[in-house]
Amino acid sequence: MKILVPVKRVLDYNIKPRAKSDGSGVELSGLKMAMNPFDEIALEEAVRLKEKNVATEVIAVSCGQVSSQDILRTALALGADRAILIETDYDLEPLAVAKCLAKLIDKEQPNLVICGKQAIDDDSNQTGQILAALLGWSQATFASKIEVTQDHLDVTREIDGGLETVHVSLPSVVTTDLRLNEPRFATLPNIMKAKKKPLETISAQSLQIDIAPRIRVLKVREPDPRPAGIKVDSVDTLIEKLKTDAKVIG
Amino acid sequence: MANLIIAELEKSSLKSSVRQLITAANKLQGDNHLLLIGYQIGDALAQAKQLPGIKKILVVDNPALGDESPEKTTEIVLSIATNYSHILTPASAFGKNFLPRVAARLDMTQISDVIAIQDATHFSRPIYAGSLIADIEVTESIIPLTIRISAFDAVMGDEDNQAEITHLALPDLPQLSQRIALQLHESSRPNLDSAKIVVSGGRGLGSEENFHQLLEPLADKLSAALGASRAAVDLGYAPNDYQVGQTGKIIAPQLYIAVGISGAIQHLAGMKNSKCIVAINKDPDAAIFSIADYSLVGDLNEVVPELTSKL
Ligand SMILES: Cc1cc2nc3c(=O)[nH]c(=O)nc-3n(C[C@H](O)[C@H](O)[C@H](O)COP(=O)(O)OP(=O)(O)OC[C@H]3O[C@@H](n4cnc5c(N)ncnc54)[C@H](O)[C@@H]3O)c2cc1C
Repeated sequence: MKILVPVKRVLDYNIKPRAKSDGSGVELSGLKMAMNPFDEIALEEAVRLKEKNVATEVIAVSCGQVSSQDILRTALALGADRAILIETDYDLEPLAVAKCLAKLIDKEQPNLVICGKQAIDDDSNQTGQILAALLGWSQATFASKIEVTQDHLDVTREIDGGLETVHVSLPSVVTTDLRLNEPRFATLPNIMKAKKKPLETISAQSLQIDIAPRIRVLKVREPDPRPAGIKVDSVDTLIEKLKTDAKVIG
Repeated sequence: MANLIIAELEKSSLKSSVRQLITAANKLQGDNHLLLIGYQIGDALAQAKQLPGIKKILVVDNPALGDESPEKTTEIVLSIATNYSHILTPASAFGKNFLPRVAARLDMTQISDVIAIQDATHFSRPIYAGSLIADIEVTESIIPLTIRISAFDAVMGDEDNQAEITHLALPDLPQLSQRIALQLHESSRPNLDSAKIVVSGGRGLGSEENFHQLLEPLADKLSAALGASRAAVDLGYAPNDYQVGQTGKIIAPQLYIAVGISGAIQHLAGMKNSKCIVAINKDPDAAIFSIADYSLVGDLNEVVPELTSKL
């Protein structure tokens, strides 16, 4: 089984993002970028399936600028066999990313795509589902457990009321939730080895699909701040305030 | 053009989120139509007839549709989607699962997690775990939207809306997936998504026993729902559906009591629009205090039992 893992380069999750002063977007220059945490989990799952001899090959793919090569190198150090960059200067929306991936999948013919359920920058939570729809494949989103059977997967999903297990036919797109696994760290020898693994670049233009943005971002701004709160020195004062000021308890 | 609202059901009933969806749809132009998909959903239909602002109800009630399969839901929606300018569903696990599939097949761009609707083409949505808001414009012919329920008020009133009721023909359904198990976390407490008061615990609780022994009596006293941080869920103190945050539930109760939660940005994303926030933490510098209305610095093992007993 061949597994494709799409990965996105995003602002490191520890950094508080700021809007550009003219409101035209998010200030990213000079800030630490990293692989989207959900994609690390997706990659880890694929690598584990390879270590269990369920998968034969793990391919990491990123759609974006040349700078995304750094997270593809990380993916190689974490156990991907090869990496592909679909290069573009556009800020790709989920539909465009999925179209790029669908083209690549025509060529690579994987049986399984594992991707993060959302990217922590735009929080769209769409790409996996869109990709499954474009390919006519099954999907299993928000996975916290994946079991591979003959030509099916049994996937446990985190849903609002608890857990659901779905039996999906392959090929399939699975999107990962936080509790699927705990990703490993790249070791120095593996980082060295990754430098020799193949990293191919394809221009998005050569795929001949429409990836132009469809959403016009008019303004990126900070949310309205909450009014400052107060410190209370005792449980009694707290109860008093909740009753008489906030009026949220009887 | 009209707006299609796709309601989320719970067992055979309508979830209350349909009322926030109607409020959202009323900010667009045109009539609102409501689509109900499921099996043995007579109760939901009866409830739908009492909803204000609905002109037409479309129903597909079939044994093949009992498991919310996203592949099947997509085919049903696609059988009528081109009659609409906007398609609205909750930004819940249900809505997020199928709506991008619909959008993809229509070759339209979905707008996720809408928190404000200015008019039929202008929307606001949070990005970066709600640290920033993007004001956007989309002018496509069909606009699929997932709505952040906690950002809209519920539409009020229930009297017969005289809506026209249409039973849709079942399109060909793909057999790509099948539900084989469902473990719903049954609880006598109010639903986390709709509770007026939420008591939420973090890593500071220290153990599963402590989580339950300290927080349950407090939640009982307040008729509150229980929530948790990711750390508390990862450590097994609480089930996954308790998680509040960027990647869990996003809620805005009247009162949110955060106990032993540090206030990571990913957690704040899920609760910072609560009307009143109380934080109990022993670290005076904890980030949670920066957004709390009432900050109580102290050991939760003492503060929580005292609070419970004095309420
Ligand atoms: C991609 C991604 C998504 C995430 N999504 C979410 C999400 O949806 N929701 C979420 O919550 N997190 C999420 N996180 C995790 C988040 O970054 C934090 O790690 C998490 O919220 C921390 O949980 P916590 O506050 O319970 O634990 P900690 O940060 O460890 O805080 C524990 C707090 O308890 C206090 N404490 C300890 N003992 C006591 C005591 N005796 N009395 C009083 N106070 C005490 C401490 O002072 C501390 O402030 C996500 C992270 C990533 C990377």
